[in-house]
Amino acid sequence: MRIGVLALQGDFEEHSSALQRLGVEVVEIRLPEDLHDIDGIVIPGGESTTIGKLARQYGLVEELKKLSNKIPFWGTCGGLVFMAADVGFDQPVLGIMDMKVERNAFGRQVESFEKELRIEGLEGPPFPGVFIRAPVVMSVGKNVKILCQVDDGRIVAVRQDNMLATSFHPELTSDDRLHRYFIAMVGETSCSTLAGSKIS
Amino acid sequence: METGTLTVKRGHAQMLKGGVIMDVVTPEHARIAEEAGACAVMALERVPADIRAHGGVARMSDPGLILEIMSSVSIPVMAKCRIGHFVEAQILEAIGVDYIDESEVLTPADEQNHIDKRNFTVPFVCGCRNLGEALRRISEGAAMIRTKGEAGTGDVVEAVRHARAVIGDINRLSAMRTDELASYAKQIGAPLELVYETAEKKRLPVVNFAAGGVATPADAAMMMQLGVDGVFVGSGIFKSGNPAARAKAIVQAVTHFNNPKILAEVSKGLGEAMVGIGLSQLPENERLAVRGW
Repeated sequence: MRIGVLALQGDFEEHSSALQRLGVEVVEIRLPEDLHDIDGIVIPGGESTTIGKLARQYGLVEELKKLSNKIPFWGTCGGLVFMAADVGFDQPVLGIMDMKVERNAFGRQVESFEKELRIEGLEGPPFPGVFIRAPVVMSVGKNVKILCQVDDGRIVAVRQDNMLATSFHPELTSDDRLHRYFIAMVGETSCSTLAGSKIS
Repeated sequence: METGTLTVKRGHAQMLKGGVIMDVVTPEHARIAEEAGACAVMALERVPADIRAHGGVARMSDPGLILEIMSSVSIPVMAKCRIGHFVEAQILEAIGVDYIDESEVLTPADEQNHIDKRNFTVPFVCGCRNLGEALRRISEGAAMIRTKGEAGTGDVVEAVRHARAVIGDINRLSAMRTDELASYAKQIGAPLELVYETAEKKRLPVVNFAAGGVATPADAAMMMQLGVDGVFVGSGIFKSGNPAARAKAIVQAVTHFNNPKILAEVSKGLGEAMVGIGLSQLPENERLAVRGW
């Protein structure tokens, strides 16, 4: 299994290390030609405006949009913003998830926080949520499933088919359950593609 | 819900990795920086080159100006306080800046003590010239480190010296037997626990940026290849002939730091770089990097 981690800006090394610890081969993606033979894409935390501009500069926005029909994507924080259809700012985004997000929804850095979360589909103890100038999902389309809300009901984790997005940063914790969850999503997709190709 | 934890303070710097933080003195500059792809801006009344030219005591900027800059962009905004000036830091925290730089570029307010940064909710970045200085700042609560370099010169030589010193010290440390680490910690004046942690991780426990003299895309990429996590550009952008183009080029150079073809492409036609002051022409008493300890 090869997972591409978008390495334009942000904490892509933290995602790469978490995936490598779980035995996954990681490819850093900076240009469209890096996208060969990839089974899944992780879009890390970082500044979504910076990531968007750098992606647009070398034609990655269109290439990633095309790939999102085929393989699983996971965005954390800035990555969630980059995947959303509506972000409320004029900035380059993929627009592949049917949701409206609010950037920096909890406030500036002094409001950044840690909080334990219950996430649908994850067994065991609460998940350590690390929120840094984090966005929230304001509203979702009918194909988007809500996986986690904080106490006041604000949405912080969602899934739409093969796409996963979280407002918080599992890559900054030692809890690898969401990385395993994503690897399982990638496994299911590559198995079904393989099965499909056998039938044809 | 817990704010101001070590994880969220250090974590914010992790989100800035692979990015460029630009000095700006007006909301207009801030918008140019954001448009160019800066991952954060440093709000100041004067860039370091002008602080040098102006002389006198350099202090925290007007909070009104910092607030104007904060409301003009959606990216994080940092601001500088004087070394040891904990009340300037309290004021910057109260207006809600995203990071405080306890900076040698301003005139130090205390020649004995840096700020105790541990009890602030807002995170701090501090400058260093070597590993011992970096670990002392981290033990005081700094959540991010940068090289001091020599701000306001446009000469990258000191940033290179300081980055090589920190990374070289870490390499030496990582090659040592664990029973040699206590004596090494004493020698460099660093807390033993942080020396252990650095040896184990083979890197600083916090994000480490280059700063102080970066003026071109090639300078920025060189610092990245030397092993820093990102780059501050101070006077280098808004003291150059075409700030918007240069800012954008430096952002691309930091992402594609290992790709000489892209570096060549983005280095074309940027106009005049800042004129600069060669370090060798700078008298000892005008050097900023010697401030702090």
